Amino acid sequence: MPRLVFHPEEVKIISRRFGQGAADIDKYIALDGYKAVQTAIEKGVDWIIAEMKASGLRGRGGAGFPTGMKWSFVPKQSERPKYVLVNGDESEPGTCKDHVIFLHDPHAVIEGTMIAGLAIGSKMGFIYLRGEYRYLLKIMEKAVADAYAKGFLGKNIFGSGIDFDIVTQTGAGAYEVGEESALMESLEGKRGVPRIKPPFPAVVGLYGGPTVINNAETIASVPHILLMGGEAYAKVGSERNGGTRLFGISGHVVNPGVYELPMGYNLKKAIYEVGGGISNGRKLKAVVPGGSSTPVLTADEIDVGLDFDQMGKAGTMLGSGGIVVIDDQTCMVEFALRTIKFYQHESCGWCIPCREGTDWLKKTIGRVHAGGGVAKDLDNIRYLAENMLGRTFCPLGDAAAMPTIGFIKKFRHEFEDHLNGKPCPYAHAEEPALV
Amino acid sequence: MSTSATTIFSPETAARFDRLVTLYPVKRSALIPMLLYAQDEIGYISDAVVVEIAQRIGISELDVRSVLSYYSMLRTKPVGKYNVQVCTNISCMLRDGYGIMEHCKKRLGIGHKEVTSDGLFSLEEVECIGACCWAPAVQINYDFYDDLTTEKMDQILDDYKAGRGKETV
Repeated sequence: MPRLVFHPEEVKIISRRFGQGAADIDKYIALDGYKAVQTAIEKGVDWIIAEMKASGLRGRGGAGFPTGMKWSFVPKQSERPKYVLVNGDESEPGTCKDHVIFLHDPHAVIEGTMIAGLAIGSKMGFIYLRGEYRYLLKIMEKAVADAYAKGFLGKNIFGSGIDFDIVTQTGAGAYEVGEESALMESLEGKRGVPRIKPPFPAVVGLYGGPTVINNAETIASVPHILLMGGEAYAKVGSERNGGTRLFGISGHVVNPGVYELPMGYNLKKAIYEVGGGISNGRKLKAVVPGGSSTPVLTADEIDVGLDFDQMGKAGTMLGSGGIVVIDDQTCMVEFALRTIKFYQHESCGWCIPCREGTDWLKKTIGRVHAGGGVAKDLDNIRYLAENMLGRTFCPLGDAAAMPTIGFIKKFRHEFEDHLNGKPCPYAHAEEPALV
Repeated sequence: MSTSATTIFSPETAARFDRLVTLYPVKRSALIPMLLYAQDEIGYISDAVVVEIAQRIGISELDVRSVLSYYSMLRTKPVGKYNVQVCTNISCMLRDGYGIMEHCKKRLGIGHKEVTSDGLFSLEEVECIGACCWAPAVQINYDFYDDLTTEKMDQILDDYKAGRGKETV
């Protein structure tokens, strides 16, 4: 069971109800639950969209697209039914924030989905969880059943004359399905391969209807935003980056855990104060700041604010908020290899640059790590990765190439050490066995 | 197909499938959950599972197999009663996930994707399972175990061997 962590620097908005038994519907109601959706019904669609735009909330899955704007793109009139799709396929290595939301505050996900439905004029929402999260699916299923039993879901919600249904859904193991068009394919019972865009999901999405797809954390933030007001929420964060988000600090820190910090919070402080510093008295070597697809930062590049814009300026990305901390005893070639092995395993094979590129990157980095590399390999790794960028239907190709370029650019000396026959300083039991 | 004497599933699972196909705008949306629940009951996706699910949804067996081969949790061969899935992805690797994997190999006497001779355990190295902040982590069937050490891992395996392990389905 994931352990809850607390730190005085945290600003508890999304995590306000964590550890308080809010998976129980009565407890959730006692903690201001299902108030935001009633206010939303009362004040109407324009008010919801205005509050969401004022909040500055940007998609917590990693792309950082403004949520209020995304909702406003859905056409008001549509011949086909409109849908809300909640992406809880959390699979980016380093990321476990949705895990704690589903565990501690499942009704916030339901309430957020209802509000998104009201905003776009949809009568049906789907909450998709990765297949590995079976115990969390059961928690979500119970929460949905309890909401129906109270009459909060179904016909005529809160006397509004509006009907709204929610169906929970499980995946069966596929990182690629976290990409929004592949997610829709999966929900339609197909292989999770991406769709060509345009058309974008807001116009032609699930079952051909206009669809809003939001990350589970984004959706869980929505009721809190309406409760406290969009402007007040925006003020908690940094410029153009409203509010807080759940940061998962993992790897070589004293106190790993999921912490809620304001957007723009300093990365160095997050590691040394909130995370308690580097474990085993060692020194910091590198940080992967937003899940495995984000380019690595070196130890002297971490004095930077954790928001979409500041991380972009620092040459990396905020991503999924999964901060992976790496100490000075770690072999970066092995870290790069483990990262590319993941993307090679998860590439759906639909586009050639990704399917072939991830495989050749894995082979080349693998042989450098094993001590059999040649000098030309280092330039080849970079050349290959750079030529994958932007050449695939979905961002998985970029997600594999970007961190690889980062490793070879910033830790080229470690790759060279392997070529020069130095023993690998990071000794684990055996070469990774994944097939 | 409605629940009938011809189903290969238990009455509970057959009833669940009857309901699942009604939940979505199209029946086929129930395919992936049905495959997973079928696997939970039968142990793997057998030919008979493919045939019945294809009929229930009204698609070809080839359509079912095409989807089946895509998702890494779905399998066409039996595994152990307790499938031990060790995460070695980055956050777990940094906290000795490979050490846990090696320990399980030695302890169970089997390698990646192998089954013990008594059929009780199987072992698999898996990609990120979403327990990064509580690494290293392992899933046994659907149950998570985290903050592991080799000693804790021994205790967990002992508990399963003695029939005291958790069993979320």
